[in-house]
Amino acid sequence: MIIDHPLLGPRDAAEFVVKGDASLIGRPDGMTASPEDMHDYMYLRDNTAGEHRELWYHEQGDRSWLVVTRNTLTHEVTKVELARDVARAQGRSR
Amino acid sequence: MRYSALQILKEGLTGNKGWIPAWREPEPKAEYDIVIVGGGGHGLATAYYLAKEFGVTNVAVVEKGWLGSGNIGRNTTIIRSNYLLEGNQPFYEFSLKLWEGLEQDFNYNAMVSQRGILNLIHSDPQRDAFVRRGNAMRLSGADAEILGPDEIRKMCPYLDYDNARFPIQGAIWQPRGGTVRHDAVAWGYARGADCRGVDILQNCEVIGFVMEKGSCHGVETAKGTIRAKKVAVCVAGSSSRVMEKAGMRLPIESHVLQAFVSEGLKPTIPGVITFGAGHFYVSQSDKGGLVFGGDIDGYNTYAQRGNLPVVEDVCEGGMAIMPMIGRARLLRMWGGVMDMSMDGSPFIDKTHIDGLYLNAGWCYGGFKATPASGFCYAHLLATDRPHETATAYRLDRFRRGAPIDEKGHGAQPNLH
Ligand SMILES: Cc1cc2nc3c(=O)[nH]c(=O)nc-3n(C[C@H](O)[C@H](O)[C@H](O)COP(=O)(O)OP(=O)(O)OC[C@H]3O[C@@H](n4cnc5c(N)ncnc54)[C@H](O)[C@@H]3O)c2cc1C
Repeated sequence: MIIDHPLLGPRDAAEFVVKGDASLIGRPDGMTASPEDMHDYMYLRDNTAGEHRELWYHEQGDRSWLVVTRNTLTHEVTKVELARDVARAQGRSR
Repeated sequence: MRYSALQILKEGLTGNKGWIPAWREPEPKAEYDIVIVGGGGHGLATAYYLAKEFGVTNVAVVEKGWLGSGNIGRNTTIIRSNYLLEGNQPFYEFSLKLWEGLEQDFNYNAMVSQRGILNLIHSDPQRDAFVRRGNAMRLSGADAEILGPDEIRKMCPYLDYDNARFPIQGAIWQPRGGTVRHDAVAWGYARGADCRGVDILQNCEVIGFVMEKGSCHGVETAKGTIRAKKVAVCVAGSSSRVMEKAGMRLPIESHVLQAFVSEGLKPTIPGVITFGAGHFYVSQSDKGGLVFGGDIDGYNTYAQRGNLPVVEDVCEGGMAIMPMIGRARLLRMWGGVMDMSMDGSPFIDKTHIDGLYLNAGWCYGGFKATPASGFCYAHLLATDRPHETATAYRLDRFRRGAPIDEKGHGAQPNLH
């Protein structure tokens, strides 16, 4: 698989570490979230068959976190964004 | 028909005309006591033990493809009981004991071959960890010995003992571990279940559940509705996709594991060997091919194929411990999709929906579990109580802060 890095261009997937579902960006506030919310955030996944948004870390590159949209049935990568941009668009400050 | 040497002789002398198919191909009935979704190793074993041990025979196994098309026919066939934690080890030892009597029990040659498994040690801390593991194994009634390099040299003279980075300092040796002919396990359980009255329905995908007043009363399939008092899901790498139809999200991600087979070689590897400083395991099949594998690819996938970086990584692992395999040519490779759970351990449990049961999360180690998984699931389905060796495999264990995390990696499925 080739990941089209927004800053560096096409990179081999082997340079990355996969963290998993991009919903992990939206961690509930630990001070206010209920144990149930925290449990669901930590342990439950949609595990979609088809288009899947996921966090990839460019460990052997520029160490940026990316949100990769990839089809889990075909391995086709359709979109790559900086996780920073995605998080900010969701209202996160950092 | 009972298989025996006498039967083979008789058939041989009479033109092999008397053999009958090992199982029927029945039409689905309108209703069963129990419908098992998924005709892999675990589903078929569940049906077999339900019929044989618990006397429940009004059972159907509903399979999307053909028998053995899933992971039961794709794995590297290693069996062992060398776990550390209390929630796991007694279960896997129970499984190994069932393997030991399996062929007599279901009257089928599954080629259970206890040639031993050797987990190599490459550092002092690793020896400490393996000694601890060996003690845990022995406490559960399993066998384990710590060997030094001289003893291993006698067994496997061709390993790279004095490798500068990964010298072989010893190994933990489980003589009762080994390999089993994977397809024959599916066929043996299928035949044993079928002859006790279980209907095996192939090419019959489950596409939904029959839900009435919040409880489950059957399945919708490609061949129509089949009602059941209990529905037992057992679909390995497809658990999330199937349970989604019941509105459930699971603590599981689907990942691909690849397996590799070399051309046939003369007998050289006595049992199973695993590399302790990377991820590589190898055994030799009866046809002579080296059967080996390593890490999962590491990204979510439902495609039954992997990518090249893992091929390279696995082959590097092999070269690091036995450089001789560099001369062998690779004959075949393939991938299988597995449930990777949040702690690397499985689930055998009732769901919160009445009538709906789940057996899932076997990661890359569910083949060795096949007999015990089937037995314990059958126990749960028949008695509504977990089997004594499977009490920890509950769906709510993360909520209770009771994960069974052998590797200590936390909720990161691709690291287990
Ligand atoms: C490459 C590889 C190597 C492995 N090596 C080992 C090993 O050495 N040792 C070990 O212990 N374990 C190993 N495993 C793990 C082991 O193979 C699995 O954990 C185990 O086989 C899973 O249980 P099963 O046999 O029931 O799965 P499967 O055979 O996959 O059965 C599940 C069945 O459910 C069916 N199904 C799915 N969806 C539906 C639906 N909607 N309706 C009806 N049916 C459906 C599928 O078609 C499939 O037949 C390996 C796995 C892989 C992929």
